Amino acid sequence: MSGIGARLGGLTRRGGSRSPASGQRLLFGLAAPALAILFAAALTSLVLAAAGDSPLAAFRAMVEFGADPASIVNILNKATTYYLSALAVAIGFKMNLFNIGVDGQYRLAAMLAAAVGGAVNLPGPLHVALVVVVAMLVGAAWAGIAGLLKVTRGVSEVISTIMLNFIATGVVAFLLSTDRLAVSIQGSNNIGTRPIPESGRIPGLALVPGTGGKVFGFIVIAALAGVAYSVLLNRTRFGFDLRTTGMSESAAVASGVNVKRMIVAAMLLSGAVAGLVGMPQLLGASYSYGLDFPAGLGFTGIAIALLGRNHPVGIAIGALLFSFLDVSSLILDFEDVPPEIVIIMQGVIVLSVVIAYELVRRYGLVQQQRRVGEQLAAEEPDSAGPGPAAPSDEVRA
Amino acid sequence: MTTTELERPIDPKLRRQSSLRLSGPILLLGVAALLLLLSVVRALTGVDSLTSSGTVNAALGLAVPIGMAGLGGLWAERAGVVNIGLEGMMILGTWFGGWAGYQWGPWVGLVAAVIGGALGGLIHAVATVSFGVDHIVSGVAINLLGAGATRYLSALAFEGVEGGGPTQSPRVANLPSFTVPGLSGVLGSVEDQRIVVVSDLAGIARGLVTNVSALTLIAVALVIGSFWVLWRTAFGLRLRSCGENPVAAESLGVNVYRYKYAAVVASGAFAGLGGAFLAIVAASLYREGQTGGRGYIGLAAMIFGNWRPGGLAAGAGLFGYTDALQLRGGNAVHALLLLVVVLLVGVTVWNLLQRRPVAAATGLVAAALLLWWFLATDAVPNQFTFFAPHLTTLLVLSLAAQRLRMPAADGQPYRRGQDR
Repeated sequence: MSGIGARLGGLTRRGGSRSPASGQRLLFGLAAPALAILFAAALTSLVLAAAGDSPLAAFRAMVEFGADPASIVNILNKATTYYLSALAVAIGFKMNLFNIGVDGQYRLAAMLAAAVGGAVNLPGPLHVALVVVVAMLVGAAWAGIAGLLKVTRGVSEVISTIMLNFIATGVVAFLLSTDRLAVSIQGSNNIGTRPIPESGRIPGLALVPGTGGKVFGFIVIAALAGVAYSVLLNRTRFGFDLRTTGMSESAAVASGVNVKRMIVAAMLLSGAVAGLVGMPQLLGASYSYGLDFPAGLGFTGIAIALLGRNHPVGIAIGALLFSFLDVSSLILDFEDVPPEIVIIMQGVIVLSVVIAYELVRRYGLVQQQRRVGEQLAAEEPDSAGPGPAAPSDEVRA
Repeated sequence: MTTTELERPIDPKLRRQSSLRLSGPILLLGVAALLLLLSVVRALTGVDSLTSSGTVNAALGLAVPIGMAGLGGLWAERAGVVNIGLEGMMILGTWFGGWAGYQWGPWVGLVAAVIGGALGGLIHAVATVSFGVDHIVSGVAINLLGAGATRYLSALAFEGVEGGGPTQSPRVANLPSFTVPGLSGVLGSVEDQRIVVVSDLAGIARGLVTNVSALTLIAVALVIGSFWVLWRTAFGLRLRSCGENPVAAESLGVNVYRYKYAAVVASGAFAGLGGAFLAIVAASLYREGQTGGRGYIGLAAMIFGNWRPGGLAAGAGLFGYTDALQLRGGNAVHALLLLVVVLLVGVTVWNLLQRRPVAAATGLVAAALLLWWFLATDAVPNQFTFFAPHLTTLLVLSLAAQRLRMPAADGQPYRRGQDR
C-alpha cells in the first residue's frame, strides 16, 4: 500500500520545484489562492442568485457584521482552533502523511485532558501545563497508533486514521457518561466532565477595543506553535530530514534517514499538535468537555492546510478567512439566506485552490521546459557533448 | 517459459501462500463451518437473535448502502482513482432521493439520487483526472461540499413544506418489497422449533426471502453485474488496465481519461444509489447526517474484500450483520465475542501447524482476553459496538495488509504522454 503515500508527493514537491524567478513564483503563489477565492465567490453568487437572493446584499451584510468588534473576537477565537488544527495536518503533509485523524485525536485528547484537569487542583501555571501536556500526549498516542501500523504492518495512514476517528467517537461516547468521567451540568440536560477549577484556566485577552469580549489567551500559544513549526522545519536537522523524506523517500534513505522512525515521529508530532486543538475552547471558554464540544475541526484543518500550502503564515490567513466566513455567516439568517451557503463556499475554495495550484505548477513547468529548450538551442552549436539527457531529467523531477 | 523453469521446486514461502488461496470448495466449506459455529454459539448462549430471520433481514438491509458505497469505491479504484469522496456522494444521493422522492415518488427519487451521486463523481473526475489534483484532497473537499450543499439546499427546499424542515424532507413513499410466498411461512415454522443448525439455517434463509426491498435486489444484481462487466468484458479489462498501468493501456490505444471518467462517475452513481436506499427504503425520508460515515465503511468493506466484488459483498455483509446485532442490543454482540474467541483459537491452531509460534501466542492471548471479557460481563457497551466495523477493518488491515493487493497505479496521478 505504499502508493497511497507516494501520491501526496505533489503537495510538497510543488512548493520545492524551481521556477525561473522566485519573484514570479511568489506572484503565482499568491495569485492561485486569490483566483480560487474569487472563483468561489463567483460560484456562490450564482447559487445565491439562482435561489432568488441578492449576492451583493448577502456579502455586504457579512462584511459589515464581520467587522463588528464582537465578531472580530469570535473570528480570532475560532481562527485559533482552526490554526492549530491546520498546523497538525500540515506537519503530516510535509512528510507525505495524510493525517485525516486530527478530528478523533483532538476530541479524545480534549476529553481526557478535561477529565484530568477537573480532577486535580494545582497552582495556576502548573495546572494549565498539566492539562495541555495530557492533551498532547493523548493526541500523540492516538496518532501514533496509525504511525506504528504504517511502519510495522504497512497499513495506509489514510484508512487507519479514518477508522481511528470513528473509534475515538465511540470511546469518547463511552467515557462521557455519568457512570464514568462525566457529571450532569446544572440547568441543562447536557453532561460533561467535571469543570476545571479557576487555577487551570487561561484568562482571555482584551485585544479588541470596543467590546467586552475577550480573545482566548491560547492565541499566544497558537502563534508560538506556528513559530516553532517554522523553526523546526526550516532550521533543524529533524525538519530537514522530515522535508527530505516528504520530497523523496529514496533520497532520504540514501542520505541515511531512518524513514520508518521519521514516519512515527511525524505522526506523533502531528498528533501532539492535534491534541492542542481543543485547548483554546477548553481552557478559555467551556472549562469542561461536554456533549456540545465542537466537533469536525480536524476536517476544517485539512482544508486550511491545503489553502495555506502548509506555510505557517499561509495557514494563519486561511484560518482567519474560514473563521471569518463561519462567524459572519450568522447574520445571513436575518437576511433570509441559509448560512450554510458558506460551507459551499469553503468547499469550493478548497477544491479550486488545489486546482489553481496545479495549473500554476503546470504553467511553471512549461515555462521551465521552454527555458531549458532555449538554453539547449543556444548551446547546440559549440558543444554536442553533454547531450540533452541531464537537463531534461531536471525538468522531469 | 521453458521446461526447466516449470520443473523448478516451488519456493516453500510461495507454497505457504498458495495453500491459503480461497478456491470455490474451500470457500463453501468455510461458510458452512461458520454457519455451524454460529448456530452452536447461538445454542450455547441462548441469544436467538444471532441467527433469527429478523437479524438477517436487518443485516441485509444495512449491508446494501455499505455494499453500494464499496462498489463505488471498487469501480473508481479499479480505474486507479482513490475515492474518499464516497461519503459526500452518498450524502448527495440521500438528499436528492428524498427531494425527488417526496414529490414524484420513490422510483424518480432513486433516479435522482443516482444522478446526484454521479454529479459528485463528475466533480471528483474533473479534479483528479483532468486537473491531476491529489485524489484524497479532492475527496475530502467533496465530502465538505456534499455536506454543505445539502444543508443549504434543505433549508431552501424543505423549510415550510409540510412534514419537512431545515434538516429533513417530507416522507417518501417506500419502494415495493417482495416475500417469497409459502417458503417464508414454512421457514418461519421451522425457525420457531429452535433445533440446533436446522432452525438457524431456516432463520437465515427466511431473513433472505422475506420483505426484501426491490432496491436490495437491484443492489445484488449490480454487484454481480459489476463482476461480470469488470472481469468478463473488454470494457472491464480496459478499465482495470487504467488502474494497473495507465501508460501501457494508453500505448495499446485505450483512452485512459475517458475510462477514468466513466469509472469515477459510475462510482458516484453507486454511492448515490446507496444513499437512495438510506433515504427511501431505510428511513422513508431524507435526514441530515443520515449516512453516518457509511461511505467510509463502504471503502473499508472494499479494502476488506481485497478490491474484489465478492470480497466487498462479504465485507458489507459482515458490517451489516454487526450493525444489525448492535440494534438488537448489547447482549447479541456479547454472544458474538464467543464466536470470535472460537475463531481465534482456530487461527492459533492453524498458526501452530504452520510453525509460527509468535503469531500463535498472540492469537491465544487475544482469545484468552476476549474470553475473559465474555465471561466477566454480560453486555458489550453500545458505544463499542458502534465502531465494531471500523475496528474490524483496522484489524484486518493490520493482519493482512501484506496479502491485500490494490491496483498497481491506484491513486497515482496520470497525465497523457507523461511517463512517470
